[in-house]
Amino acid sequence: MMRLRIILLCLMAMMASALPALAAGQAGGPSGISTTMFLFAIFALSCFVGYYVVWSVTPALHTPLMAVTNAISSVIIVGALIAAATSGEGNFSSKLMGAVAVALAAVNIFGGFLVTQRMLAMYKKKDS
Amino acid sequence: MSANLAAFLYLMSGVLFIMALRGLSSPATSRAGNRYGMIGMLIAVGTTLGVLLGDDKLDGTSFIILAIAIAGGGGVGAYIARKIAMTDMPQLVAAFHSLVGLAAVLVAASALHAPENFGILTLSEQSFDAVMNGLMSGEMPVAISSISLIELSLGAAIGAITFTGSVIAFAKLNGNMSGAPILLPQRHLLNIVLGLAIVGLIIFLMMSEGNAKWAFWLLTGLALILGVTLIIPIGGADMPVVVSMLNSYSGWAAAALGFTLGNIALIITGALVGSSGAILSYIMCKGMNRSFISVILGGFGADEAGPAGGSNQDRPVKIGSAEDAAFIMKNASKVIIVPGYGMAVAQAQHILKEMADRLKEEGVEVSYAIHPVAGRMPGHMNVLLAEAQVPYDEVFELEDINSEFSTADVAFVIGANDVTNPAAKTDTTSPIYGMPILDVENARTVLFVKRSLGSGYAGIGNELFYQDSTMMLLSDAKKMVENIVKSF
Repeated sequence: MMRLRIILLCLMAMMASALPALAAGQAGGPSGISTTMFLFAIFALSCFVGYYVVWSVTPALHTPLMAVTNAISSVIIVGALIAAATSGEGNFSSKLMGAVAVALAAVNIFGGFLVTQRMLAMYKKKDS
Repeated sequence: MSANLAAFLYLMSGVLFIMALRGLSSPATSRAGNRYGMIGMLIAVGTTLGVLLGDDKLDGTSFIILAIAIAGGGGVGAYIARKIAMTDMPQLVAAFHSLVGLAAVLVAASALHAPENFGILTLSEQSFDAVMNGLMSGEMPVAISSISLIELSLGAAIGAITFTGSVIAFAKLNGNMSGAPILLPQRHLLNIVLGLAIVGLIIFLMMSEGNAKWAFWLLTGLALILGVTLIIPIGGADMPVVVSMLNSYSGWAAAALGFTLGNIALIITGALVGSSGAILSYIMCKGMNRSFISVILGGFGADEAGPAGGSNQDRPVKIGSAEDAAFIMKNASKVIIVPGYGMAVAQAQHILKEMADRLKEEGVEVSYAIHPVAGRMPGHMNVLLAEAQVPYDEVFELEDINSEFSTADVAFVIGANDVTNPAAKTDTTSPIYGMPILDVENARTVLFVKRSLGSGYAGIGNELFYQDSTMMLLSDAKKMVENIVKSF
């Protein structure tokens, strides 16, 4: 089962990101779990969801897969929006960087989804 | 908007993104999947704007700036998506990855410089005195929490590597730069030193509680350099792995920043994209029977240009004309077409489809066989055939069609080479030994469209050229197929 290597890879990525969370031991909510730990749980499970979902993608659609993952990873625009809405003295550079990031992410969102749509529209069955 | 409602909506958009990928399990459901993805994105952006409005953070100027940025960026993106040629898809994807990487760097930098906007400030732990002073003056000393610092500097570092790495990949794929590997002296050592320096700077930044902003910028700069030095030694034909890998990196960068922002949508998406890219890299490596590490270390196809050349020069080769090929195929009952990167370069997919249609009119059964690493990105050939309106149920993956070659009258190889080379099965000294190949040599006749008798990118001669049943059609792929169609 060579595929297990991928899981291993995900696990390694998780462990790497978990270390600081575990080391810091922030103050927690009612359950005593820190927010970071909670987010980490979501991350770990999402890696597994991603693993199974992506293996079920038909190889014929691997190019659209790359285009659409590219589009959805531009959800980083949420961070860019917060940055661009920065106000206050001396925060001009932060605001500017945020605005540029919004524009870059927007290129990707529109470009990524539309090009995926264009590609997918081309896949036709026999006699249809 | 309450924090919980916002979190719920972000979760919704994360779930919609999962459904977008799930849709890709078949072309029939994929279009609906893509719409889910768009809705997910709309929800994520809407929620963020809602939260900003609710917190009174979105003043008039900001709103105008955002509108311009989104409209401008979106317009450019939509224009590119409409205009881009399908053969240029690998470059486009690489270019898009670079934008995600750069956006990640900018968001991280912005968070570092204006942490109060991102809610990542905690009480400083600098010293007892500072805290006491804070208590006296009524203004507690605050600093960015160390977890946030790690997350955002990791996000920036991975984003920076993605950015420059993708720019190099773009330049190689687009032909702005030679596809040949560029080998720097001591490149492995250089990469290790850069990597360690980045880790060291992240720790330093954390120790300084985010005050050493120069450390952030320096580590970002080093990561930008690392992106270049990682990708330049990797040869053109290994690009499917590189593009997938950068896809993966852009996901991990997004996930890291998702932690900084405490945003569920970003974390889910980052994990999805990260594993997607990792799996694609794995599939590509397996298609070449090479380890991921050996691809990343690079240099493949650089030094092996020699071995095949001399000894094979004088061997007899059957060279045919378009008329010969047309005659053979018209009289066949089963033809399997094997497309490769050469077809993409020559833009021969449309005329190829026309040829297949003409053959079908003659009662010939036509199908297509796709090797996992054919072309410059995963699924590259499938998209091009789809563009030429080849029905996807005539296009088969290697495992599904390989046994069919023995019953085929003609294997029509167009622009592919190494993926058909029987040396991968028999010659243990061959650099491609062990790579799964399409067994075209089992077909009754092999028609091989190629510009010259030269070797493929791996620099290995192909025994197939000299086989009795092989007929070489030496010409540009598009011109040759055009002539074949004319000769029917």
